[in-house]
Amino acid sequence: MSAGFALPSKNGHRTTAFLTDSTLCIGCKACEVACKEWNGISADGFDWSGFSYDNTGAVGHSTWRHVKFVEHQPEPGFGGNAADPSSWVFSSDVCKHCEVAGCLEACPTGSIVRTEFGGVYVQPDVCNGCGYCVVACPFGVVQKNTDDGRAFKCTFCYDRQKVGLVPACATACPTESIKFGEIEELRLAAQQRLQELHGRGMTDAQLYDPRQSSVKGLHAFFIVRGDPRQYNLPPNPEAPTAYLREGWRSSAIGAGALVAGALLAFLTSPGSKRKRGRR
Amino acid sequence: MSTLPIERTRTSPEESREARLLEIRREAETRGIVPARGIRPAGAPFPQASVETGYYGIHLLKEPQWTAEIPLYFFVGGAAGSAAVIGAMADWLGRDPALAQKARWLAFGGAMVSSALLTSDLGMPSRFINMLRVFKVQSPMSMGAWTLAAFGGASAASAFAKLAERRFGCNFPVSIIGNVSQFVSALFGLPFHNYTGVLIGATAIPVWNKNRATLPIHFGMSGVQAGVSLLELMGHCDSRALNMLGIGSTLFETWEGYHLESQNEPALKPLKRGVSGLITRTGGVMSGPLPLVLRLLGGSSGSRRSRRLRRAAAMCGLVGSLLTRYGWVHAGHSSARDWRLPLEMPAQSPVLEEMQTKPNMPAIRAG
Repeated sequence: MSAGFALPSKNGHRTTAFLTDSTLCIGCKACEVACKEWNGISADGFDWSGFSYDNTGAVGHSTWRHVKFVEHQPEPGFGGNAADPSSWVFSSDVCKHCEVAGCLEACPTGSIVRTEFGGVYVQPDVCNGCGYCVVACPFGVVQKNTDDGRAFKCTFCYDRQKVGLVPACATACPTESIKFGEIEELRLAAQQRLQELHGRGMTDAQLYDPRQSSVKGLHAFFIVRGDPRQYNLPPNPEAPTAYLREGWRSSAIGAGALVAGALLAFLTSPGSKRKRGRR
Repeated sequence: MSTLPIERTRTSPEESREARLLEIRREAETRGIVPARGIRPAGAPFPQASVETGYYGIHLLKEPQWTAEIPLYFFVGGAAGSAAVIGAMADWLGRDPALAQKARWLAFGGAMVSSALLTSDLGMPSRFINMLRVFKVQSPMSMGAWTLAAFGGASAASAFAKLAERRFGCNFPVSIIGNVSQFVSALFGLPFHNYTGVLIGATAIPVWNKNRATLPIHFGMSGVQAGVSLLELMGHCDSRALNMLGIGSTLFETWEGYHLESQNEPALKPLKRGVSGLITRTGGVMSGPLPLVLRLLGGSSGSRRSRRLRRAAAMCGLVGSLLTRYGWVHAGHSSARDWRLPLEMPAQSPVLEEMQTKPNMPAIRAG
């Protein structure tokens, strides 16, 4: 894969995205390794999960790419057709870099920003580890490293993109299951790929990019087969900012009730204890 | 559809696989597609990622990573904010100057303790000042940090200025500072006493965001009760106004308990079951019906019995308020671990039930 990519666009930068195509993934985990290698992230330990060959479980502060191993019933007719235990689908998970990102909106320090490439980036020199982004992410991506004290997640290889390089995971992917490029071009490529897959009989292939929910679409979308829920992809992810209006309304009502209650309480209590109050 | 009965007892696994493969190839050549199911091997079903079981039941949401300081901060902040409002009201209406002064100290002390608790929870406490780096309306955490800063400053100024005024007589600039800062302290005390409900309501945690419309009032009333109870224990357990406020907050907390218990929603399960359910329910009883009864019985006659009952109600309410905060945060942890909720899966999946009740499926099944 070529190292560079062209950048011209509005304000000099292109909005970039990942298209992760699970129908091309071979589960080699090269993306996980390349990501750790480039970003210098610590190892996760060597625990056996018992869940297929996935011993990582989920993305987190020390895992920014994570290959999911989704086992299905045996499915003769596609792939190798061996009547072996199960058929596999692999899908490399990553921070979704939401259009409306819960973590970015929630961050009280302004540490989490939107980069010129449209990615969501945690500035490590600003983050103070308040942990609010952790509960604000509808995909459970960002996590606080309790040893370090700060929150971490995929940077969308901001440093590499800055100098015109493709992110480490997409560079390492041997099957081009992870595609990187301009967002609208990738959305188009996804549609073409879906048509191709549907033509081949994989009618359950679909694009996961919840643009109708309050996250308003992703900058890292996925082609998956079957129900996205078996890949731990929520059907209706909501950016928690959608809940603010009701919350603040309730807060205002509560504040009004306290003022009214205190006013009523002190107005109707004639027996003031002035004698006890004076020194 | 041609099927080939294969049994593991007669043929080796390799043979049976080869036979099945041959059959599939034959069928694929003649018909172009093989609609049959494959073989279910011994030990099946293995844990599978499926529409029924999610991704091996691994929860997709992250648990809150706040330390135990945070629910304690919710408690202290709620009490301090409410005390500022109550104290200011008592002062403005000229009803109870001693109560007002104690409320100012409570607000000031609470703000200081709150700041300490919040800072010690940070992953990098040395960077606490970064909280005031930006002003973000869409972040309740940012709003809370600014509110705390304003509230803390005003509460300190009002507590000391009013003290000076009472000690050294009415000095013009000091009394102005005292009155203005008391107003500012009460003004910011209003959002400060209940914004924590907005804070946890605007998250991805189901049990919190499902209750976003009542959590701020709930946390606010819990804070009012804590503030009232502390003031009573500080020597004002015959104040009728405080008892009225206490009765008001216990009434609301009783309603809130009923409101939560009467809803049969899967997302609210952590408030009713397990350790978090035990804490929230105990907290609910201790800040709702129990102190309500004690307060109604106690009244504010100033008799020994009345004071004893009021003191009991205050202590009960304090513990209840504290438990409520810990219960809700604990429930947030359980809720994040419930993988079914964000995936919108029914609580009891029929397929999963079948898998659990029939562990011994046929070792090999073809067709």
